[in-house]
Amino acid sequence: MRVALFLTCVNDTLYPDTGKAVVKLLTRLGVDVDFPMAQTCCGQAHYNTGYRHRAEPLARHFAEVFGGYDAIVTPSGSCGAMVRELYPRMGERARAEGRGDGLAAELAPVVPKTYELTEFLVDVVGVTDVGAYYPHRVTYHPTCHGLRSLGLGERPTRLLGAVKGLELVELPGAEECCGFGGTFAVKNPDVSAAMGLDKVRAAESTGAGVLCAADNSCLMHIGGTMTRLDSGMRPVHIAEILASTEDEVGT
Amino acid sequence: MSGTFVGMPSFPEAAHDAVRDATLRANLRHATHTIRAKRAKAVAELDDWAELREAGRQIKDHTLRHLDTYLPRLEESVVRAGGTVHWAADADEANRIVTGLVQATGEREVVKVKSMATQEIGLNEALAAEGITAYETDLAELIVQLGDDRPSHILVPAIHRNRGEIRDIFARTMSEWGRPAPEDLTDTPAELAEAARLHLREKFLRAKVGISGANFMVADTGTLVVVESEGNGRMCLTLPETLISVVGIEKLVPSWQDLEVFLQTLPRSSTAERMNPYTSMWTGTTDGDGPQAFHLVLLDNGRTDTLADEVGRQALRCIRCSACLNVCPVYERAGGHAYGSVYPGPIGAILSPQLRGTESEIDASLPYASSLCGACYEVCPVAIDIPEVLVHLRERVVQGGPATRRGKKVTLRPAKGHAAERAAMRAAGLAFAHPGALAFGQRIAARTRRFHPRRLPGPGRAWSDSRAVPEMPAEPFRDWWQRTRGTGTGEKGGAK
Repeated sequence: MRVALFLTCVNDTLYPDTGKAVVKLLTRLGVDVDFPMAQTCCGQAHYNTGYRHRAEPLARHFAEVFGGYDAIVTPSGSCGAMVRELYPRMGERARAEGRGDGLAAELAPVVPKTYELTEFLVDVVGVTDVGAYYPHRVTYHPTCHGLRSLGLGERPTRLLGAVKGLELVELPGAEECCGFGGTFAVKNPDVSAAMGLDKVRAAESTGAGVLCAADNSCLMHIGGTMTRLDSGMRPVHIAEILASTEDEVGT
Repeated sequence: MSGTFVGMPSFPEAAHDAVRDATLRANLRHATHTIRAKRAKAVAELDDWAELREAGRQIKDHTLRHLDTYLPRLEESVVRAGGTVHWAADADEANRIVTGLVQATGEREVVKVKSMATQEIGLNEALAAEGITAYETDLAELIVQLGDDRPSHILVPAIHRNRGEIRDIFARTMSEWGRPAPEDLTDTPAELAEAARLHLREKFLRAKVGISGANFMVADTGTLVVVESEGNGRMCLTLPETLISVVGIEKLVPSWQDLEVFLQTLPRSSTAERMNPYTSMWTGTTDGDGPQAFHLVLLDNGRTDTLADEVGRQALRCIRCSACLNVCPVYERAGGHAYGSVYPGPIGAILSPQLRGTESEIDASLPYASSLCGACYEVCPVAIDIPEVLVHLRERVVQGGPATRRGKKVTLRPAKGHAAERAAMRAAGLAFAHPGALAFGQRIAARTRRFHPRRLPGPGRAWSDSRAVPEMPAEPFRDWWQRTRGTGTGEKGGAK
């Protein structure tokens, strides 16, 4: 099985450790993962801000870069949802605009092959105990696209529940959005910040030291809020927890 | 829509103050969280909720697709049952028709059933301009009217008020409108309800003209349906001599059997009740029983324009349950007034810019008043994909393009104020089209990382005022990969 890591532009640029963790984790599980160097961005920010036509070339590029692989794994719920949920919609819209089936046909092959990391682990690799060790109290925030668009369900918490040393505590109001929302964070900064503050306060109330999620965009917002609040908590991507072992304990 | 919302600032500007209003935040948080939990419980009781939701979607879509069949059928049925049907293309026409009908009765006052359509057209203000006083009789609408306030929620228009505030409003202003509040009024719910009951009873018994909207209209029989909780609607619909109902054309269903679906989904979605306390249904007029004159004013006011839009038309499925408001994290913090419309919350953010157009500052900002978290879509009993329509309307704002205005196809120009964003999106698009350009940019950013400011200047302040800027790593992932894995993989389509 030829597996490609679709890291996402945000992770590639700002969170390389998440990428390294995915590679380490998948390699440990016997999955040979490749990183196609030509990958850039799925076009989510363009699409969701109203620039669908600008997102189309990026989607085409994505399909070209990843089309030859059997599975495409991404450590981002929202970028995964972009491919799975919105690429088909882009194809439909192009058709409705009288531009034929070309775009839909180009994008169709990558749609069913794209998996968010925890989906790939549970559904494709078939593991919930990935042999990880992480001696911390952790609370999990299910990000909106992972929760509602991809329907990740209990996959992330099952994976976390099997990590040795990890104490998983429930986050009150877990299903509420953290307030990131891409360009929403800067177009509506007051509401976004208020949502972020409430999310951090809810996380702090659990007594956990770590807030875990499967999307670094949301964690950038939550973590940035934690820093401004001088919160004792820190944000950690789920890949970094699952990659951590007794030999090499992650932070 | 209502004149009271003209000249509203953009959503972020209006939300700025609401977010800092501790009383408002507390009122809204308490109210929305309570009803949110109750709704979830009421919906979970039904094993066939998903099927009911799908049936509701299909009935609405079918009816909207065949309005040309069902609207004439409705008119025929209403006329056959003794009613009169009027067609109003817009708010002004509807207001003119209703004002004329009231004037023809010689009355100077009317009692009103809670109605979104009459709020939308600003009927009370139009009647007032002709010297006719409209008394709101729904408890929450009464609070809003007495407080010289604006509604902030579809179902609970005074949701932004707490008991203490309501007591003060009653004590201060009830006397200006009729029977004063008792001297020793406290803020206990029973006392407040009793004060409202006594105040309103005078109006019910005196009024010769009632004005309502309707939740549903049945084409086959010409029957109108009002679903409510307090019984005030029943009073207004049965006691006056003349009844005038202003109803949006999308409130139509073909047959009685279709009500089976909505009378299950609407109460559970809105008030979390299995069945609403009062369901009033009337068909034209009946000799010696109830109003002897019945007028139905069918309102378009942007609805057929909305219907012309393939993506946006699903907003017309809305049955005004408010479930999307109650789960929305943005609504909870910004409050209903920030939406600058009688339709606040997620549904308002897709309805107002379609009914009114995207030209004004507030309407152009509404499609962005969402983090696209999807909670609204999840609870919608007619499966309106609100995030999909929001993104579609964002496209209309930044890019312009085809739309329908007053029945004519027009090409909208992109909205002003998005030039910098458009340029940034274009630049990002170019960089992402060329992996080399992206890598170059990443390396520059990584090497200059020690000089990056902790707080950003200009538009970046919108981020860094409340959130730390993420630290740039020493090298991007792709450089690490190349350094540790070498070449051999990763060419474009490299796995082929």
